[in-house]
Amino acid sequence: MSQEDQFLVIEAGHGERHYWKDLWRHRELLYFLAWRDILVRYKQTVIGVLWALIRPLVTIVVFSVVFGGLAKLPSDGMPYPILVSAAMLPWQFFAGAFSDIGNSLVGNANLISKTYFPRLVIPASTVAVAFVDFLVSLAILAGLMVWYGLMPDWRIIMLPILVLVAAAAALGAGLWVAALNVKYRDFRFVIPFIVQIGLFVSPVGFSSNVIPEKWRFLYAVNPMVGVIDGFRWSLLSAPIHLYWPGFLLSLVLIAILLVGGVAFFRRTERTFADVI
Amino acid sequence: MPSAIAIEGLGKCYVLRHQQLRRHDSLRDLLAHGARRLRERVFRPSRDVGPQSTREVFWALRGIDLKIAEGARVGIVGRNGAGKSTLLKILSRITEPTEGRVKIRGRVSSLLEVGTGFHPELSGRENIFLNGAILGMSAIEIRRKFDDIVAFADIERFLDTPVKRYSSGMYVRLAFAVAAHVDPEVLIVDEVLAVGDLKFRQKCVGKMEDLNSAGRTLVFVSHDMSMVRHLCSKVVWMNDGRIQKYGDSETVIGEYEKSMAMDAQPVSSRSRAPVPSGYHIARVELRNCETGESTGHFRVGDTIDILLSASADAPQDGFGAEFFLYGERGDLISFGGSSPLRNVTYRKRDRGFRCKLGPIPLTVGKYHLAVSLRPWGMERWDYWDRAITFSVDNCDPYGTGFDVPNGPGGHVVINQDWSVF
Repeated sequence: MSQEDQFLVIEAGHGERHYWKDLWRHRELLYFLAWRDILVRYKQTVIGVLWALIRPLVTIVVFSVVFGGLAKLPSDGMPYPILVSAAMLPWQFFAGAFSDIGNSLVGNANLISKTYFPRLVIPASTVAVAFVDFLVSLAILAGLMVWYGLMPDWRIIMLPILVLVAAAAALGAGLWVAALNVKYRDFRFVIPFIVQIGLFVSPVGFSSNVIPEKWRFLYAVNPMVGVIDGFRWSLLSAPIHLYWPGFLLSLVLIAILLVGGVAFFRRTERTFADVI
Repeated sequence: MPSAIAIEGLGKCYVLRHQQLRRHDSLRDLLAHGARRLRERVFRPSRDVGPQSTREVFWALRGIDLKIAEGARVGIVGRNGAGKSTLLKILSRITEPTEGRVKIRGRVSSLLEVGTGFHPELSGRENIFLNGAILGMSAIEIRRKFDDIVAFADIERFLDTPVKRYSSGMYVRLAFAVAAHVDPEVLIVDEVLAVGDLKFRQKCVGKMEDLNSAGRTLVFVSHDMSMVRHLCSKVVWMNDGRIQKYGDSETVIGEYEKSMAMDAQPVSSRSRAPVPSGYHIARVELRNCETGESTGHFRVGDTIDILLSASADAPQDGFGAEFFLYGERGDLISFGGSSPLRNVTYRKRDRGFRCKLGPIPLTVGKYHLAVSLRPWGMERWDYWDRAITFSVDNCDPYGTGFDVPNGPGGHVVINQDWSVF
């Protein structure tokens, strides 16, 4: 390290100069915060980790019965539970991460007002926690696929990238809400609202092929449409086709959301301690 | 000597909006105030909200210039609201200044509150790792220092107990132990040791001295003048967001105490306390027992009526109130407590505690009272150092026309009768 680097300069209007380096230096804090949330999550519950299994399972059953069984929507040649759970996977990841990120700063108010670290560590650690739940859901899907005798093909190698895209969507949307929530606690009420509406406007309980062709591009303005379609395409083999224009539109929107979210977050984070 | 901390023209300004009731606006309020205002407030958070709100600019700090040499031990003193905490928050990078700049050399570790980031559900062991990471230590570093931390905090037996079952003393011990092992170039400590017991406070002071003799710079805020005197070679006296005086500790503390003592006041109150529970003594009032008058001035032989008010209902029944009487220089003169000394305990719902103290045998000078609340034998819920200052203006118990002054005469006059034999 050079002589200059050992100096820390605190100045009005200047964020941390080595913000990203500083963030990297605090990567262990990210890990510890995630570890804390996972440890604490099922304390004083009776069935503990089973909750991570029960919630997605029940949703899959209900959606399969309602959309597949009662509404008789087309299933793209897949068993309906498989269709639902392949979509449930990214959706629950997104919804869980998004709402936890939104409340994460307020929930860690004492840390923010009493210690220093790049604030981005908090939402980022929240994504890591949601990812653990994601792995549980992935195991459920794997179990279901074995049950139905389905095997994913080569497209499964795209899954890690799609997971990153889903995480980017959650982080992008979450950062906006988290930063706003610090000052305007209204967003505490907005979050569950978005999640609830989102579940029905995103193709979770149904295939996006039920959307008329001329509306499909517009439908992908909801970035989760692209993510969910991508997941189905990657996990379920042959009969699923990806609607590429929509998928790319979703990707672009997610990128904008994320870049804007990080910029907004960084602009406001300097005042978090004063207003939280 | 190179400076560890160089502060130039530092200022911090808060904008107070006179609509405190709507601080964290609810949706209903926002609807009532219309979408236009919402839009403005969300997208232009830094600018004025509109004609409806009146703003007041408040400078918590202004024009601070200060150089702290490497390896120095600097105390910061000043009354509540003088800007001490704001300065520490800027130095710790928690909040940013409005103007000016600070240059710090090396790693900074700050302890502004006891056990920040402790999670009540997690065990002591888990919290050491969590808190260490929050304070900027790496996992390897924590593992290496783990045994030292546990030994310092003296909690071996409770390592796997959730910290929510810890007594407040154990909690403070663990928190300080972690922070003291961060091994920073600059250690910033706010008034956090007031909660611990005397033995532990001495241990902490010892640790801070060790760090300092290893070349670390120490910035220490406290109301405990004897501790500042003992620990710090230089002192910054802050007043109304400015530096009133900066110099060697004897001189500055002397002047500060003189100014503190000038305002012997009958009532002293505070809105919050540096204790995790929130339960604290909110108000102290002194009265002259004979006249019933609220006053900060007494004569030898007067009886002082001390009235303490608590902030809320107590956590449990069966606790007592205590006072510590200090001289002007922070030396302890006397201690008293409702329990067990007088065997009086209070119940949960009791909010006001009264002690008739006297006749006081004190010589002319200024005195400080510290007050505390606790169930006997347990850690204090609250310890309010220098809660109130009073003066004894007259000490001539035998009517000789001469006062016994505090300096050469000691603090106390004991009843005496002289003759030949």
